[in-house]
Amino acid sequence: MTGSRARMLDRGATVFLLLVAAAGILVPALNLLLAPSSAWHVPTYLVALWGKYACYALLALSIDLIWGYCGILSLGHGAFFAVGGYAMGMYLMRQIGTRGVYAHPILPDFMVFLNWKELPVYWYGFQQFPYAALMVVLAPGLLALVFGWFAFRSRVTGVYFSIITQAMTFALMLGFFRNNFGFGGNNGLTDFKDILGFNVQAAPTRAALFSISCLALALGFIICRAVISSKYGMVLVAIRDAEARTRFLGYRVESYKLFVFVLSACMAGVAGALYVPQVGIINPSEFAPANSIEMVIWVAVGGRGTLTGAVVGALVVNYAKTVFTTGALAPYWLFVLGGLFIAVTLLLPRGIVGTIAQWFARGREALARGAAEPLARPAE
Amino acid sequence: MDRELKTTPALLYIDGLTVSFDGFRALNGLSLAVEPGEMRAIIGPNGAGKTTMMDVVTGKTRPDAGEVVFDGRHELTRLDEAEIAELGIGRKFQKPTVFETHTVEDNLRLALKSDRRPRATLFWRESAHERECLDGLLHTIRLVPLRERIAGSLSHGQKQWLEIGMLLAQEPKLLLVDEPVAGMTDAETRQTVDLLREINRDRTVIVVEHDMAFVRELGVKVTVLHEGAVLAEGSIDQVSHNERVVEVYLGR
Repeated sequence: MTGSRARMLDRGATVFLLLVAAAGILVPALNLLLAPSSAWHVPTYLVALWGKYACYALLALSIDLIWGYCGILSLGHGAFFAVGGYAMGMYLMRQIGTRGVYAHPILPDFMVFLNWKELPVYWYGFQQFPYAALMVVLAPGLLALVFGWFAFRSRVTGVYFSIITQAMTFALMLGFFRNNFGFGGNNGLTDFKDILGFNVQAAPTRAALFSISCLALALGFIICRAVISSKYGMVLVAIRDAEARTRFLGYRVESYKLFVFVLSACMAGVAGALYVPQVGIINPSEFAPANSIEMVIWVAVGGRGTLTGAVVGALVVNYAKTVFTTGALAPYWLFVLGGLFIAVTLLLPRGIVGTIAQWFARGREALARGAAEPLARPAE
Repeated sequence: MDRELKTTPALLYIDGLTVSFDGFRALNGLSLAVEPGEMRAIIGPNGAGKTTMMDVVTGKTRPDAGEVVFDGRHELTRLDEAEIAELGIGRKFQKPTVFETHTVEDNLRLALKSDRRPRATLFWRESAHERECLDGLLHTIRLVPLRERIAGSLSHGQKQWLEIGMLLAQEPKLLLVDEPVAGMTDAETRQTVDLLREINRDRTVIVVEHDMAFVRELGVKVTVLHEGAVLAEGSIDQVSHNERVVEVYLGR
């Protein structure tokens, strides 16, 4: 949770941006410039894995922006992530061309397999990267706009809003599972070859994708900071703390919520789009309600309403997930995740970063109190 | 406005207001007029419809029948909370409602009269005029030394004043104040009386209150509500000698 108004760039934010920039430069350099025998060499599989983490971090930021600062708990943010991912996947599918199993120049393999004769209209244009990139932002944004417009206008708040976002992502999952939806059904979109003419599997491409993911994370962070340090951000926190009071002050709460919700969905879409080429597949399981809940847990673990906390939470939980799901402990991962969530809720309600920030604030307050005793004393 | 409204000298004109919740009539043909510049106290036992009346005036509740005309021109029953606030009606809740995690200053800053649209707040910069208003308000509500404090850490009475300050910041024509002295110490109550009088110098105020001693101290015209309608109106002495009022307050 935030205290008072944030400045655009304080020390924590600057350190964070420097760290992201360092990672974005160092990791690809250590991967590409050093020989595999070197002790400092970063193997390509790790670059791809960390690139995936960077996408998750951006996704966590987008959730923290609405949940931490405006109290909108979306349990369906995976939907926006997946829609962005599908937009990128459609571009990548159309780049395969005649290299597919059925070697059809236009239709992706799954359409040939389903005996489709021509490309559905909504697949038009996706062979163009700029169009696909636009859709990466536009499609999740539009979905959020329509969904949010109805939900916020009808004043659906709190747990009811969370439940309908779950229903939204669940409905989309069922839809995308269907073959006649035209997005590859069960299998989703995969077997990607090129992105902008570069082989998606090649080490330099992976390194570049990692750097771009870091750049997107940094940009997302700057946008979030700009929003929350403006008066708009103060209104968001005001809505979170006392929605009715904000309304009676004359603020149109639904417009405020709608804008930040759409912004957040666009960020989640970009995260999904960068995730897909690095993972090599997008399928309907990304819409699974459990995924969206897991994302919220990242934010809770790292510290809601701190931005950097969302990133830390996404990294910590996903690193733990990688460790647990690759060893003998794999069957117990969900218990660990559940346990982690309970432990954080009970022991660290402000999350990792929130708790550390509180220590610092207490220290500073103690100093300030020593200096300005007569003024700062509570009046009771 | 698509229909001719009554021209009336009253700032707030309520006529035949009826609201029911699941068959319970919270307001039952309530009619009331408040003159510009007036301070009016509204009293009544629990369930008399005081809060429901405020809900209707501020756009939170839509009435089943009746009209509420503000400033002789605006039919409030067709507008929502934000529009009504923009017209110049401020509301203080029964329980002090401030933005707990914002500082005292920021609470007032959010309330200051300004463009409320998202675009305007996204690119907002504080003007010298706003700064001046802020200092003046802090002075009025006696919270200058606490301007940097987080509002959540204020005492109950201080929160009440901060909320009143937020209402003033909106520069409303009409202030609705719901039980301002509930839970206040005697000293705080006296200061609140002074504060409300000060405010009343250039604004119309409606105070809803249970505390008869406080209403007596205010010394203004009193309207007694009972079962969603006006039971009596007059000075505090007149209404407290009215037999029906005594009956309602003390039970029959």
